[in-house]
Amino acid sequence: MHVNNTAEEKEIVTQQKSKLGVRLFFIYLICYAGFVFLGVFKYELLASTVFWGLNLALTYGIGLIIFAVILGIVYNYYCTKYEDQAEKTENLTEGENK
Amino acid sequence: MIYDISFTALAFFFVFVGLVLGLSFYFGRKKSSSSSYYAAGGQIHWAVNGIAFAGDYLSAASFLGICGMIAIAGFDGFLYAIGFLAGWIVALFLIAEPFKRLGKYTFTDALNAKFNSRAITLTASISTLIISIFYLIPQMVGAGDLVMPLLGLPHWAGVILVGAIVIAIVASAGMASTTYVQFLKGGLLIVLSTVLTVYILKNGLSTPPNFNGNTYHKFLELSPKVENDKIVSAQDWSVIAQQQVGNKTFVKLEQNGVERWFEWARGEDNLLKETLTITQRADGTVLYNGEPKDNRKFYQVGHLSKIIVNGQELSQTGPLGPFEFLSTIKDSEIVRFLQVKLTDGDEQVSVYYPESTPGSKFMLPGLKYKIGSDANLWSKMDFVSLMLALFLGTAALPHILIRYYTVKTPRDARKSTILAIAAIGGFYILTLFIGLGAGVNGVMDVESSNMAAPLLARAFGAALFSIISAVAFATVLGTVAGLIVASSGAIAHDFIDVYLKKNLDDDKKVKVGKIAAVVVGVFAILLGMAFQGINVSFLVGWAFAIAASANLPAILFLLFWKKTSSSGIAASIVVGIISSLAIILTSPTMWDKYGLGAENALHQLENPALISFPLAVITVYLFSTLYPKKANI
Repeated sequence: MHVNNTAEEKEIVTQQKSKLGVRLFFIYLICYAGFVFLGVFKYELLASTVFWGLNLALTYGIGLIIFAVILGIVYNYYCTKYEDQAEKTENLTEGENK
Repeated sequence: MIYDISFTALAFFFVFVGLVLGLSFYFGRKKSSSSSYYAAGGQIHWAVNGIAFAGDYLSAASFLGICGMIAIAGFDGFLYAIGFLAGWIVALFLIAEPFKRLGKYTFTDALNAKFNSRAITLTASISTLIISIFYLIPQMVGAGDLVMPLLGLPHWAGVILVGAIVIAIVASAGMASTTYVQFLKGGLLIVLSTVLTVYILKNGLSTPPNFNGNTYHKFLELSPKVENDKIVSAQDWSVIAQQQVGNKTFVKLEQNGVERWFEWARGEDNLLKETLTITQRADGTVLYNGEPKDNRKFYQVGHLSKIIVNGQELSQTGPLGPFEFLSTIKDSEIVRFLQVKLTDGDEQVSVYYPESTPGSKFMLPGLKYKIGSDANLWSKMDFVSLMLALFLGTAALPHILIRYYTVKTPRDARKSTILAIAAIGGFYILTLFIGLGAGVNGVMDVESSNMAAPLLARAFGAALFSIISAVAFATVLGTVAGLIVASSGAIAHDFIDVYLKKNLDDDKKVKVGKIAAVVVGVFAILLGMAFQGINVSFLVGWAFAIAASANLPAILFLLFWKKTSSSGIAASIVVGIISSLAIILTSPTMWDKYGLGAENALHQLENPALISFPLAVITVYLFSTLYPKKANI
C-alpha cells in the first residue's frame, strides 16, 4: 500500500479534489433545493403518481437518498484516481532524477 | 402507557449493556495519552470508522425519532431522513478532506489552525458545548422513553440510568472505547432494522391489525340521539357531559360506573367514537380510560380503517413487496390518534381521538409541516428552515467531525464517510417501512411517538424487542458518550488548556476532561427530564439548526474564501449561536413548555436556520472585510 501522507499530497491533487467536491455539491444542492421548491410552490405535483404506484414525494425522497450514495462513490472514484495519477508522475520523475 | 416488565427482555438487555461496558473498559485500560482519549490515537481502520460514523449518527433521533414521526405524521418524518442524509454531502464534498489536513483533536483546533486566535478558541468551544447539549437533550429523552417498557421504570429513572452509565464509560475510557461501541451498535442497528422490515412486509396489512397474532382493541362506535345540538342518549351509556374543543366535540359517557370520553363525529355517519384518555384528578390519582392503571384499559393504537388494493377493498393483503407496501398505504385510509387537552370540573383530561386520514395525504409532506392547501407563510418558512438546517447541520456537528481525526489519512477519512453515507442511507429507507409498519399495526403508544420502533418489535415477541431495545439503548449510550467526549474536549482542551493557557500536562488534561464529562453529563440528565414527551427528531432538528448557524458559515468561509479573518469567524459563531438560540427559546414549542401556550409565542417559527444561517454568513463576510487578518498570518 502506498502511503498517502497529507504533507506529501501535491497541491494540484488537493485542488482537483476540492474542485470536484464543490461541483458535486452544487449538483446535489440543486436536486435537494428542487425538492424543497416543489414542497413550497408546487405542492400538488408531489401527490402525482410516478413509479410503481409511488407518489412523486416518495420517489424524489428515496431518490435523494440513493443519489447521495451514488455521488459519494463517484467522488471517491475520481479522488482516488487523481491521487494515484499524481503518485505515478511523482514516481516517474523520481526515476528520471536517479 | 402501561407496560409490563419482560424478564427475557431484561436479561438480553443487561447482557448487551454489560458487553458494551466490558468492551469500553477493556480498551480503556490500554490507552493513556490525551491523544488517545480524544481521538483514539488516529489508529482506527477506515471500515470500522465508517460504521462507527453511522453508529454515531444513527442516534436516538434516527431510530426512535424518525420512525416515531413517520408513524404519526407520515411523510413529514421522512423529511428528517432525507435532510439528515443530505447533510453528509456537505460533510463529504466540502469539509471532510480539508479539515483532515487542518486539524488535530477538536473542531476548535481545525477552525483555529490558521489563526491561533483566542477569540476563536473561546467562541468555538462555547458553540461546541451548546450544540452538544442540544444534541444531548433528545438522546436523554429517548433513553427515558426506552426504559419505561423495558424495566417498568419512570421516565426520569431512565434518564439518570443512561447518564450514569455514560459518565462511567467516558470518564474511564474515552474515545477508543466509543469507536468500537459505535461500530458494534451501528452494525447491529442496520441488521436488526432489516429483519424488522422483512417481518413487516411478510406480515402485510390487515384491518383490524392482526399483527403476528396480536389482538387489537375494537374501538366502540355508538349511535347517539341528538336534540338541539346536544347528545341526550347513546345506546346503553348515560350522558354525563359535553364539551367543545376547537371544532371537535367530546362527550363524557358512563356505563357500569366507568366514565369514558367519546368524540362526536358529526359527519354523515354521525357517530360517537371511543377515545383514549388520561385523567389527572384533583387528589393526584390518574385514570386511564376512566379506570385505574392496573385494569389495563389503555390501548396501543394506529390502524388502517380501509385497505384498498387496485381499487378493491380488502381486509387483509398477505405478504407485500416494498413498493406494494408503500403504494397500498397510499391508496388506503389510516387512523391516527391526535391529542387535545380539556378541563372537566377539577379534572385535567388528555384525550386522544381517532382521526381518519387518507393514505394519499399521509404519504405526502404536510401533516406536521403544513405546506399544502392549509399552509401559511410561517409554516412554509418553517419547512424551508428545517430542510436548510438538516442539510447544513450535519457537517457542523462537533461530535461527527471528531471522527475525521480517528483515521490515518484523508483517503481513509473519505472512504469511511462514503461507507457511512451508504449505511445511513440504507437505514433511512428502512425507517420508512418501520415507521409506517408501527403506524398501521396497532402498536403505538399515544403518549410518546418515540417508542414506535421498539414497540413494533415487541409485537413480534420478547426476543426481538429486547435486542432492539438494547441496541437502541446502546445507541443512546454511544451517542451520548461521543457528545460528552466532544464537550469535555471543548472545556478541557480548548477552554482551559488553550484559552486560559494553563499548559496542562497530559495527565492533568485527561483528568480535567473527565471532570468536565461528569459535569456535562449531570446537566444533560436534568435537561432530559425537562423535555419528556417531545419527539426526539424534532429536538435534534434544533441542534442541527444551531450547528448550521454557528459553525458552518465559519467553516465554509475559512475553507473557501482566502480573506476570512479570525474576527470574522469569531463574530459569525457568536451571531449564529445567539440568533438561533433566541429564535428557539421564543418558539411555540418552548412557549408551550413555559406554560404560556404555543399560540401566544412571539413568532410561529419552530426552526431557526432560515434566519440565523444567513445572519451568520453576513456577519463572517462583514467582519472579515472590516477587520481583515494581519499580513503576517
